[in-house]
Amino acid sequence: MRIIVCIKQVPDTTEVKINPETGTLVRDGVPSIINPFDENAIEAGLQLVEEHGGEVIVITMGPPQAEQALRDALAMGANRAILISDRAFAGADTLATSYVLAQAVERIGDFDLIFCGKQAFDGDTGQVGPGLAEHLGIPQITYAIDIEEVTDREIQVRRLLSDGFEVVRTRLPCLITAVKQLNEPRMPGLKSRMKAKKAEVEQWTCDCIGALADRCGLDGSPTSVMRVFSPTRQVEGERIEGETAEEKVCRLIDKLRDAQVL
Amino acid sequence: MDFAFTEDQQELFDYVREFCDEKLKPYATEVDQKREYPWDQVNMMREMDLMGIPVSEEYGGAGLGFLEWAVIGELLSGACTTTGAVYGAHMLAEYPIMFFGTDEQKEKYLTPLATGESVGAFGLTEPGAGSDAGSVRTSAVKDGDDYILNGTKIFITNGGDAEIYVVVANSRPERGMRGITAFILEKGMEGFEFGKNEEKMAYKSLSNRELIFDNCRVPAENILHREGRGFQVAMETLRVGRIGMAIGAVGLSQAAYDAAVSYALQREQFGQRIANFQLIQAHLADMATELQAGRLLTYLAAWRKDQGLPFEKEAAMAKLKTSEVCAAVTSKSVQIHGGYGYCSDYPVERYMRESKLFEIVEGTSEIQRLVIAGQLLKEAQI
Repeated sequence: MRIIVCIKQVPDTTEVKINPETGTLVRDGVPSIINPFDENAIEAGLQLVEEHGGEVIVITMGPPQAEQALRDALAMGANRAILISDRAFAGADTLATSYVLAQAVERIGDFDLIFCGKQAFDGDTGQVGPGLAEHLGIPQITYAIDIEEVTDREIQVRRLLSDGFEVVRTRLPCLITAVKQLNEPRMPGLKSRMKAKKAEVEQWTCDCIGALADRCGLDGSPTSVMRVFSPTRQVEGERIEGETAEEKVCRLIDKLRDAQVL
Repeated sequence: MDFAFTEDQQELFDYVREFCDEKLKPYATEVDQKREYPWDQVNMMREMDLMGIPVSEEYGGAGLGFLEWAVIGELLSGACTTTGAVYGAHMLAEYPIMFFGTDEQKEKYLTPLATGESVGAFGLTEPGAGSDAGSVRTSAVKDGDDYILNGTKIFITNGGDAEIYVVVANSRPERGMRGITAFILEKGMEGFEFGKNEEKMAYKSLSNRELIFDNCRVPAENILHREGRGFQVAMETLRVGRIGMAIGAVGLSQAAYDAAVSYALQREQFGQRIANFQLIQAHLADMATELQAGRLLTYLAAWRKDQGLPFEKEAAMAKLKTSEVCAAVTSKSVQIHGGYGYCSDYPVERYMRESKLFEIVEGTSEIQRLVIAGQLLKEAQI
């Protein structure tokens, strides 16, 4: 099997800091990791290749430092790593990102499966995987929690939905996005890590993959982020105490007046 | 002079620390209470390639140095002392084969030890030969191309669970210490049995068994180094073993100190955090200072080993200092925790019990002082 895994390098924190002036993520000083769901995607690819033979090719679109995420994937056991990096890709939204990835996949050529994480830890959109499948015109199965069966031509996957499971069968090639419960990503040994440090990471640019400049980066992005914010914590409800119903109602009205609701 | 780790070392240690925090630390109490040899932890160390850090890549190791081996041991012991003890005792079989073994012996025994396929153990101590390691009674009598071993070893860490053993026996009792010979034994050899597992005040899941030799036939090709040079093998092994014990004590001290700091910052008495009280601060300052002094002594010993410099004195100093610091730091950590520290809900009472081991094994504190003084006086007379 030839399996492509798309990964993203993200800051190692759930509390992403935001530059208040530009509204963009502050990445300086925050250690970077492979997006956790993408580790599940890599693990899924490695397990299938261990069982059926073949190779795992891991790709990422990102700045030059994203190479480290690819090396971590190589240490886990991926056979080949490609960094798709170009100034022209800067400021890409999910449409432009999935277009670039699709161009790279086209250049890689024959494949049986593409794995992605269900969403990135930092952006949380969950759109790049499905977008990539659409660009390529292949079926997609999102939120995979179990790969139940793989044959030469088909795959059967159990999906995790908010209200239960759904079992889907489709033809190959297809794209699958992984949830955390799909597997337990392996921690590579020191020897693999030292080997991965010296391994080759292929560098592909915009020209390499034949991408059209006006569909990449900021120019190719119809959406833009208006504002990024941490979700506000739900304020706990307050019980209004009082001897009688009248007293409680009076206090409530006072509070509503104070809050200028009334 | 440079006290900094290289970028590669730092990255390596960060990675091992992540492994320790995620996979070892949360289960340390459980591992201790289980009273079963920690095979899950051993398997994880094998998968992480931690079982042969200073062994060359040719024999399946990571090809790093004893400093890396030591710092990783510190992290393991800090997260789970039992796992750290297995890691340390494993080296007592690995190192002498690495240092004295022939190519054939390395191929056959060092490779499985370095890859972690087999666990190792070292058998020196006997009921009548503890600090007096030269008075080994286990006999090895030449019989054709073989030696027949008879006798008993005690307290052997990893004993019974390990597959490969380095054991010393006396093949020519009339020659005293010069009659001692080291052998490599395999679990399952005829006449090689295991006795009772000691019931100890701590390390409940670590195996410390008797090795019993009842007409155990060992081929002469399994002699490590040369006949009559077993005492030298044992002393060289203990030198590295002392760095291992020292670093185990540093790891445990760090865990006890960390627990004390976080408790002092959280526990409130008299309307404020106890960390605000100067008497508590004095404890913390002493703990941190002593801990760091012991750590640097240990790193120095490991560094000297890697540089090919004599390190016996430094290893003994490190073992002496860190074991006594560990006893003091773990005790102070219990003190800072007060009544809660005396209860098993917190790990610090276990740390205090575990700490005592370091003042006894691989040469008691008394023996370390003799080793250090011996070296000092030798140097003074050169």
